[in-house]
Amino acid sequence: MSAELIALSAKAAADAMASGDLDRTEYFEAYRARAAADELNAFTWVAEEAAGEPVDGELGGVPLAVKDLFCTEGVPSQAGSRILEDYRPPYTATVVEKLAAAGTVLLGKTNQDEFAMGSSNENSAYGPVLNPWDRTRVPGGSSGGSAAAVAAGLAPWALGTDTGGSIRQPAALCGITGLKPTYGTCSRYGMIAFASSLDQAGPFARDVTDTALLYRHMAGKDPRDATSVGHPDEIVLPTAQDLRGVRLGVPENLTGEGVEPGVLAAFEAALEQAKALGATVERVPLPHADFGLSAYYVLAPAECSSNLARFDGVRYGMRAEAADLTSMYTRTRHDGFGPEVKRRIMLGTYALSSGFYDAYYASAQKVRTLIADDFAKAFDRIDFLVTPTSPGVAFGLGALTDDPLAMYLNDYFTVPMSLAGIPAISLPCGLSEGLPVGLQLAGPAFSENRLLDAAHALEGALGFDGSAVLGTNPRGGDGPVGPNDGGLVG
Amino acid sequence: MTPAVEYETVIGLEIHVQLATRTKMFCSCGLGFGEEPNTRTCPVCLALPGALPVINAEAIHFGLMIGLALGCKLNDRSIFDRKQYFYPDSPKGYQISQNEDPLCSGGELGGVRIHRAHLEEDAAKTIHSGGGGGRIQGSAASVVDFNRGGTPLCEIVTEPDITSAEQAGEFLRLLRTTMRRIGVSDVNMEEGSLRCDANISIRPVGQQELGVKTELKNMNSFRFIERGIRAEVARQEGLLRAGEPVVQETLHFDPRTERLTSMRSKEEAHDYRYFPEPDLTPVTITPEMLERARAAMPELPAARQARFADELGLNPDTAKLLAWRTELGDYFEAALAEGDADAVPLANWTTNELVQRLGADVDPAGSNVRPAALAGLVTLVTEKKITAGAGKTVLDKLVAEGGDPTAIVETENLAAMGGAEELAPVVAAALEAQPDVAARIRGGDMKPIGAIIGAVMKETKGRADGKEVTRLVREQLGL
Repeated sequence: MSAELIALSAKAAADAMASGDLDRTEYFEAYRARAAADELNAFTWVAEEAAGEPVDGELGGVPLAVKDLFCTEGVPSQAGSRILEDYRPPYTATVVEKLAAAGTVLLGKTNQDEFAMGSSNENSAYGPVLNPWDRTRVPGGSSGGSAAAVAAGLAPWALGTDTGGSIRQPAALCGITGLKPTYGTCSRYGMIAFASSLDQAGPFARDVTDTALLYRHMAGKDPRDATSVGHPDEIVLPTAQDLRGVRLGVPENLTGEGVEPGVLAAFEAALEQAKALGATVERVPLPHADFGLSAYYVLAPAECSSNLARFDGVRYGMRAEAADLTSMYTRTRHDGFGPEVKRRIMLGTYALSSGFYDAYYASAQKVRTLIADDFAKAFDRIDFLVTPTSPGVAFGLGALTDDPLAMYLNDYFTVPMSLAGIPAISLPCGLSEGLPVGLQLAGPAFSENRLLDAAHALEGALGFDGSAVLGTNPRGGDGPVGPNDGGLVG
Repeated sequence: MTPAVEYETVIGLEIHVQLATRTKMFCSCGLGFGEEPNTRTCPVCLALPGALPVINAEAIHFGLMIGLALGCKLNDRSIFDRKQYFYPDSPKGYQISQNEDPLCSGGELGGVRIHRAHLEEDAAKTIHSGGGGGRIQGSAASVVDFNRGGTPLCEIVTEPDITSAEQAGEFLRLLRTTMRRIGVSDVNMEEGSLRCDANISIRPVGQQELGVKTELKNMNSFRFIERGIRAEVARQEGLLRAGEPVVQETLHFDPRTERLTSMRSKEEAHDYRYFPEPDLTPVTITPEMLERARAAMPELPAARQARFADELGLNPDTAKLLAWRTELGDYFEAALAEGDADAVPLANWTTNELVQRLGADVDPAGSNVRPAALAGLVTLVTEKKITAGAGKTVLDKLVAEGGDPTAIVETENLAAMGGAEELAPVVAAALEAQPDVAARIRGGDMKPIGAIIGAVMKETKGRADGKEVTRLVREQLGL
């Protein structure tokens, strides 16, 4: 029975619960049991029961996995860091509150790279997450726990955050769908910050419809977040079956260099599918996109060096005992932060220092503007930009941990959209070496409805089958259960 | 021997004004004054993970009013920045302030040019106990009270236009009364809602280039500021005369010992690593916001002083006293409007007799003396219905019990004596009673006339007009 429930899309389950065909407790318990038996280290905390009174809403009764860095009242919210070990906030993040108001039930908190800094989930103080497609590989990051949990059927859907690719890249590596919305459409209040001008909450789901459904209840202006603007349109569920009249653009500088051949092959096959659905594909110049990574690795560390200054051991979280204040600060931050976090704090502190500001921070902001202008020009000619989400498939645990620059290259295709603040979705488009490949579609600011529609049409044509990993044991166990089309399957 | 070099003093001030908004600068906590520690806090002002700041619209409104009061250019786009420093009173590890694009630029007050005025948030309060003399080094324990953390501040920076301690004090008093007048702050130095740092340097008279400056921090009264500046100017002059350089540093002035101690030198100066606050969007000032700020502006003390002097003919000191003490000026104007007293005597009665009786810091609006009563009293005196002396007696009564001056004159029988026909017999009696005195006066020695006047006053209970008595004495003695 459990396999049937797990194969249900979130929307199908919500509809079934609303009509009384599915029992809320049974459904929640099916997921709760799987999450509690998590072998992927995807969860850092799992609910013991469905908390609170049941809410009748469009999402009524659907369990929700939440990335650790979303503050959740009374529940560990550790952002993957030792310095926040067992920190239980006195308040709940706005998007989590909004989703609860729409009926979701908190299932658990998911593992992540410490303070969302990483592309492999190996930077978590609570251990790496394993990729359900191959447990010797990483799930991607930083929202690795959320992506792995959804792919493995430990959660119907999940919340993540994306700063430079932290939703799209793990979605790609785990074979699910992930949306990084337009900056400002979802509140950041209660999201433990990495880089404020880039951080954005977004949904993970096993199909585009569920992605749209979750996002629809996340978006909205929040008076507690001055940078939130909400969405000008109501988010509707996608229905498109073709791409007639849709103009797709492939960046000119995407030559295949640095992209794995299997990834490139899957990407090109997907482009053929798009054409078959009626889309046109052309090359578009993005002259400054190549500088995106450099700009990102100045701006994001600069902001994080400031955002993480509050973790001083004075008011909450870990405190190292020491004889005087300075030693307490030093010891707390030395013991509490992991090496990647320290690296970025140092990078960012340097970039903001007197005498270096113009050379680094100010220059990177100019690059950011140029990249945004590039996108704006491209969107005069095309509707969406398409790229592989990540240059490679999931890599081996430990393969890149000694080479931060190679690790940073994972964000090559995802960072420019973050810098421009525009929405981008990753959906699985095939397998390479038996591992999922992600296709990224990016559109102009606030184009989520059109973007989701295009992704929906492609999803139908691509027919990606992620069911192989929905079982608790991806190397056997339940086995394939058929296409994940949102209906009941056997 | 060469003549001694003359030095001149150059002072610039940085003033922090705590804004009396309903809530804090970036969250909806009420402002804290003397509550239990850490009861006016929330996730935002405690800098809990994930909490975000939101700009207080009332603080922007007050900032614009301050800009208008100081004649500043109000920038239609200003930016909040993060100023990084690590200390327990700064829970985020940075203060949200404004660096390159402040709310207000330029301006002038009382002949001192204003460089800029910007908004920021106040720090929390750290208390160090168990040794260390109130400083963190050497103390056994430190505690932090976050009630004050996040209180809106307006930092006002002057140009280095001030040339003496006295001028600094005078400027600060005008600034304080101006802030109080526009109602944006309690501006109380002892309570810390007005704080001042002074940048001080000296240079030989005639030299264009500025000398090396020092910064005098955290002085909490006007008197201490003036004394601190004098002490620092003397110290710098002593150094230069001895051929030693002034070192750029931050100093603390101890008003008890008059000693200046170094807090930190230039080498230890912070690198604040300013960058635009990414959690906030730039502040855009709309025409509606400007209109609202303009509409809220009362007449400012400097303008009021000029009006009192020019239109009402008050002398400069009285005009300034009434204009700079807003509540006194308001009381005076209310009295002027409610009665038909002349402005000059009314102003004098307000600033002298009334203030003397109520105490220098008391708002007369809260006293027993209604403005109309004071106006009525002054009219009685100027119309010679009562003497000035009797007027003071009436005022004593008004201060003690309130009431109507005419009624008091009646019941206490204080009405001035009529003309010569009523007074002449009394004067004659006084002269008769003191024949030796009368003789001296008749002989041309006017000095002892006081004894006669005194006797007449005693007899008439002060209701007689002194001048009339003198006239009658001379008349009756044939002078």
